[in-house]
Amino acid sequence: MTTEPSSPRTAAHAVDLTKIYGKDDTRVVALGGVTVEFAAGRFTAIMGPSGSGKSTLMHCMAALDSSTSGEVYIGDTELSGLNDKALTKLRRDKIGFVFQAFNLIPTLTAKENITLPLDIAGQSIDKEWFDNVIATVGLADRLGHKPNQLSGGQQQRVACARALVSKPEIIFADEPTGNLDSRSGTEVLSFLRRSVREFGQTIVMVTHDPNAAAYSDRVLFLADGQIVDELADPTAEKVLERMKGFDAVGQQA
Amino acid sequence: MIRATLKSLAARKLRLAMSAFAIVLGVAFVAGSYVFTDTIDRTFDDIFGGLSSDVVVRPDLPGEADLFAGFATGTTTTIPSGLVDEVADLPGVERADGDVENQSFFVLDSDGDVMTTQGAPGIAVNYHDGPVADGAPVLELVDGELPSGPGEVALDDRTFEDSGYQLGDDVQFVGTGDDPRVTAELVGVVRFGESGSLAGASLSVFETGYAQQLFLDGDDAFNRISVTAAEGTSAEQVRDEISAILPGDFEALTGADVDEETASAIEEGLGFFNTFLLVFAAIALFVGVFLILNTFSILVAQRSQEMALYRALGAGRHQVTRSVLLEAFVVGVVGSTLGLLLGLGVAQLLKTVFGAFGLELAGGLVLQPRTVVISYVVGIVVTMVAAYVPARRASKVPPIAAMRDDVVSTESSRRVHLWVGGGLTLLGAAAMATGLFADVNDAALMVGAGIFAVFIGVALLAPVLATPVLRVVAGWYPKAFGTVGRLARENALRNPRRTAATASALMIGMALVTAISIVGASANATVDKALDDGVRAQFVVSNAVGQPFSPGIAEQVGQVDGVDEVVSVRMSGGLVDGDQTFLQSFDPVAYSRAADLELVAGTDELGPGQFLIGEDQAESKGLSVGDTVRLQLPGSDEDIELAGIYAQSPLLAGGVVVSQQTLADGAVPSLDSMLYVIADDGADLATVQDGLKAATADVPTVTVQDQDEYKQQSRDQVNQLLFLVYALLGLAVLIAVLGIVNTLALSVMERTREVGLLRAVGLSRRQLRRTIRLESIAIAVLGAVLGVALGLLFGVSLQRAIADDGLEVLSVPGGQLIVFVVLAAVVGVLAAVWPARRAAKLDVLRAITTE
Ligand SMILES: Nc1ncnc2c1ncn2[C@@H]1O[C@H](COP(=O)(O)OP(=O)(O)OP(=O)(O)O)[C@@H](O)[C@H]1O
Ligand SMILES: [Mg+2]
Repeated sequence: MTTEPSSPRTAAHAVDLTKIYGKDDTRVVALGGVTVEFAAGRFTAIMGPSGSGKSTLMHCMAALDSSTSGEVYIGDTELSGLNDKALTKLRRDKIGFVFQAFNLIPTLTAKENITLPLDIAGQSIDKEWFDNVIATVGLADRLGHKPNQLSGGQQQRVACARALVSKPEIIFADEPTGNLDSRSGTEVLSFLRRSVREFGQTIVMVTHDPNAAAYSDRVLFLADGQIVDELADPTAEKVLERMKGFDAVGQQA
Repeated sequence: MIRATLKSLAARKLRLAMSAFAIVLGVAFVAGSYVFTDTIDRTFDDIFGGLSSDVVVRPDLPGEADLFAGFATGTTTTIPSGLVDEVADLPGVERADGDVENQSFFVLDSDGDVMTTQGAPGIAVNYHDGPVADGAPVLELVDGELPSGPGEVALDDRTFEDSGYQLGDDVQFVGTGDDPRVTAELVGVVRFGESGSLAGASLSVFETGYAQQLFLDGDDAFNRISVTAAEGTSAEQVRDEISAILPGDFEALTGADVDEETASAIEEGLGFFNTFLLVFAAIALFVGVFLILNTFSILVAQRSQEMALYRALGAGRHQVTRSVLLEAFVVGVVGSTLGLLLGLGVAQLLKTVFGAFGLELAGGLVLQPRTVVISYVVGIVVTMVAAYVPARRASKVPPIAAMRDDVVSTESSRRVHLWVGGGLTLLGAAAMATGLFADVNDAALMVGAGIFAVFIGVALLAPVLATPVLRVVAGWYPKAFGTVGRLARENALRNPRRTAATASALMIGMALVTAISIVGASANATVDKALDDGVRAQFVVSNAVGQPFSPGIAEQVGQVDGVDEVVSVRMSGGLVDGDQTFLQSFDPVAYSRAADLELVAGTDELGPGQFLIGEDQAESKGLSVGDTVRLQLPGSDEDIELAGIYAQSPLLAGGVVVSQQTLADGAVPSLDSMLYVIADDGADLATVQDGLKAATADVPTVTVQDQDEYKQQSRDQVNQLLFLVYALLGLAVLIAVLGIVNTLALSVMERTREVGLLRAVGLSRRQLRRTIRLESIAIAVLGAVLGVALGLLFGVSLQRAIADDGLEVLSVPGGQLIVFVVLAAVVGVLAAVWPARRAAKLDVLRAITTE
């Protein structure tokens, strides 16, 4: 869709992206030609009914899954031409993830989990940045703990810190607060928004929760594998209103 | 519940197949050993069944029938021909034929090489047409004619076929007469019994008078009498009738008893094979227990949510236990079936190998119902016993676990492990110590049970031991390999019980290999020491398989230029105070020039009716110079006097030494077992050796060796046995490797999401593979370290235990042990190949989203 006029550049974008699962009877068009841009330094939320293709879009954008056709760019790099090795490196260096659950390696401490991508890449840790991130996440006293000694909200914040610490081009978060109560969810969401505001991080987040979407700068609405609408500077009320509209449309279809 | 169990079984085919592999191998050994022994028994019962006449008369030997057979010397006591006539005249006797028989008359083929395989006798007999018990003659002429005078011979058909001789050729023989070489014209070919199989031996047939000339110094005498009962008289009746008139040093037996004795002596001789295979079956199954226990534990752990769901849905504890045991049962049945089939293969392989070495086992394999039953019982019981603990654990999964993520092993079960494991280890160690150092019956059993208990104890302790050992073994990983190393170390440490159980299988194999290698190295070191310190003679003349040879050889050797003295050593069995005893016989004065012999009491002037003994034996028997013991030989029964006590030396092992006259008086054939050759001072040893070789060239049954060669030969004998044992222990290690593969594969599956996550945050396939490889190496090295430690303990105690029985020197092959640990690391790398590849192939997205 349209680029925010104020945005200096795009962190990632897709052109006519389609994703088709299965063949013949089991054929499912999960994405039916999506063209989208994610501006750098922006917090984008993606919403839509279950099965609309939100996760599929994230996975294709994040080099976790291949698209059936169309192009995906992270920065200037087009993904379809890359082999597994290059994709691994791209994920490691340019992309951060936060999943709905099971984000952490149980055998490693919080700190080790946070620095994992850097360690894997063999890069040294930018100490100042690390401290900055830790302070923002508010986990300074929990760094030596293993994941099973942390609450669900703390675990998600560790996951966010891990995504941030390697200063990726873009972070994808698929329902990062889906498993959390509203207080923990709020912790995580405000942290994500802070990292956009203060560090200029780019974040794309899938959510079902209008309150969560309200933390973002822009909401994209997905239905049946298509982007059907978008909303700038959302509030929970505005988002709810829009969603009601889609539900009606969905029921007609 | 049963349906659900079978479904889950089908879904885990591969993992269960790997755990069943140990059962398959174990059962294969059990089945193979039974099938093979049954086949051997059948073969020899066939060969020797119905081969004797109705009644046999022979010299009465003291002790058990095989006491003297072991030295192939028999007895020089013969049966005068007058006695044959006397027996023939008895009313119940139809006919009586005198037999001449010799077991050390070897056929040389047309190239001059000895034809029989190592250790098999060269049998020579006289010909007569007396029938065996069932009426048929023993020998059937198949070609040419029967030998009818001096210088003629007939050979059995198998020997004939392999020999390269034609009828009319001169056949060469090596015997034990004063002139060892004999030549005779081949006039006929005979077939022995129905099958023609002689179990590797050769058979030469001579006319009676010529046979007496060759083997009995021309006396008109015999070694046995074959008696045929008259019509209407039973063998037992005839036997009793003959016994009544026999002088005391002869005995009469029914042919059936003789046949059975012969067959069972050979079967017993091969019986060590059975024991050997069964021991390895036990090892394979023992190792297998750990593998199965581990596999089921992991499967149960993985399914704890499923189990909890069953429990939440109302299934009782017993139902859960039973469903796991049912799985084990199915695995046991499948494993046993495959094992039985493989066992038949093993038996067939052994049969083929034996055939290739000339010991042909006629007919097919014998599969008795007993073998089938044992195979299934062993396979199923072992599997279910191993699965019992995991099954119990499964039933303890609380229904609430269905909602939880992980079920951690409770602290209390760890304490139980510690106590039970520690207790068993101590008990086992105590049993070993008792068996080793205290004077108890069944010492070997005590040591064996002790070792077994220590194994299980340490295996139980392993989870506790694993953590500190792994911290060392894998401690340097993070430094050397960064994050990949840290992940590997943490993975190895995360479930010590599982890691330990996996390593335990390897531990057992390694412990055995280590113990054996220590015993082997000690045996080699003992041989070296015995020969280095003990032997001064420059050359040794001996027979490769220990068969005795003609005293004529000593004479020929003595005439070689540069030979100062030849010391003859003879060996025999005998009863000393009623105990079967190994006797050596030589002139101590001459012997002390050739080898180490130092008197600590009495004299080395050893006369007839006297003996020497080592100081340890003298002490344990409470003998001092002048005391007497009772010595029974085939032809004598007398008290002999202790003339001297010698210092313990590994070469003589402290045994009883008698004079050669004593043996000869006891009707033991005067044959040499070994000659020490002392060269003249300053003689050129190479020239002397050439001379010795030339002097014995026409007697291919003996070899001349200098000290180095002799030492090497002794060492080779030890090593040959070791290699066989290593090969079989290799199987235990193979099972252990499969255990590691299995555990790793299961762990990787268990960690699918983790793997996906790591890949998502940028871990490359290569790094992932390395992580798994490092984990595998840590497990393997853990097993090897524990195993080598245990093996050291076992090996050293074994050596200590038998130090007095000839394993005097302790040698720990340090380099070899290090090689074992390094090999274990290689094993770890290999075991990781497949699981690592699987993990690397996982699709990132699918791995993350997997449930
Ligand atoms: N691996 C797959 N194989 C086949 N079909 C799939 C696969 N993954 C997703 N789909 C289908 O693609 C469509 C989009 O799925 P997707 O997971 O992107 O939805 P979503 O918007 O993330 O839903 P939710 O809000 O429930 O997470 C759905 O109809 C789904 O059934
Ligand atoms: Mg989704």
